[in-house]
Amino acid sequence: MINVIWFALIVIGFVFAAITGNIESVTTAAFDGAKTGVTVCFGLISVLVFWMGMMRIAEDSGLLKKIAKLLGPIVRYLFPDVPRDHPAIGYILSNMSANLLGLGNAATPMGIKAMQELQTLNPDKEVASPAMCTLLALNTASVTLIPTTLIAIRINYNSASPTEIVGTTLVATAIATMAAILADRWCRRWNLHKDHTPPATSISSKPSLKG
Amino acid sequence: MYALINLISIWAIPIIIVFIPLFAFTKKVPVYESFIDGAKDGFSTAIQIIPHLVGMMVAISIFRASGALDFFVGWTGSFLTSLGVPSEILPLGLLRPLTGTGSLAFATDLIREYGPDSMIGRMASTIQGSTDTTLYVLTVYMGAVGIRNGRYALKVGLFSDAVGFVAAIAVCLIFFG
Repeated sequence: MINVIWFALIVIGFVFAAITGNIESVTTAAFDGAKTGVTVCFGLISVLVFWMGMMRIAEDSGLLKKIAKLLGPIVRYLFPDVPRDHPAIGYILSNMSANLLGLGNAATPMGIKAMQELQTLNPDKEVASPAMCTLLALNTASVTLIPTTLIAIRINYNSASPTEIVGTTLVATAIATMAAILADRWCRRWNLHKDHTPPATSISSKPSLKG
Repeated sequence: MYALINLISIWAIPIIIVFIPLFAFTKKVPVYESFIDGAKDGFSTAIQIIPHLVGMMVAISIFRASGALDFFVGWTGSFLTSLGVPSEILPLGLLRPLTGTGSLAFATDLIREYGPDSMIGRMASTIQGSTDTTLYVLTVYMGAVGIRNGRYALKVGLFSDAVGFVAAIAVCLIFFG
């Protein structure tokens, strides 16, 4: 699916630019986009270096395991195939709490750390494991208690009540997260079922298209 | 409630920064060496994300600059006005999963134009705040560990974006309507 989207974005963009007669915008856009990608990654370096250092201290001291034990039941429900005291659990929890508090630049490194730990459990290093998919689902929906950026913008435009959207955002984000968790569960079960179908009997069935 | 959560948000990072080394110190962990050990991985992780993010940003950038995005945004806007939802808000739903900065700019523009306390302003704020940029999150997280096949992760992400978008509009209509 990601292949199709990526390809479609470029081709549709090219066709549109050609029709509307501003084909030269494709060239500038391509290199602008590439520059943005690199700039964002360079911005991530400082944050990643700092938080990964801090998180290593938390791991070495056993703090991460302590947190994992404390909040184990929720994570065990969401990530049934990750062993109980695996460091991944601690990172997943740190990632979830950072998201909750709206600490975006702390959430990303912790999420990446969680991905790296989940990768050690992953049999196929190029294909996302079910646990990774759940982590991604939680992060794309991203439950936030306080949408700080939006509140700042509302204050900027002289809102009479800048924070009145906190409640509505909380409800909407909770619903989106529930939808993500349910959809993830459903896909996981469906995939599991598909993978377990004995190949010998599936002469008529089409090869599965993943992605 | 807001004041309390806001207070927690402000204090959270400083407390974490002090608490982690403090806890480790009492456990006799060589804190500085431990920090350096972990921090070493940060650089290579960030560098590893570059190809993934450049690829995605190039595609989105071309799509946007060519006018294709504006076309689809305008088309869906007029198509869905019939549902009784302000059409100005609908493009935001298309932008949100694709680009964080693009959708933030669009939301800000709506808030500026219609006012933060208008229904459109409230909806824009709620939509923007309620989900994260799916494509960015997937690119960065999977890129960092070299995953190429995300299985159903993208579908799940886009599905929850759609649900979040509808929920945001519905909740605003109920709360402020």
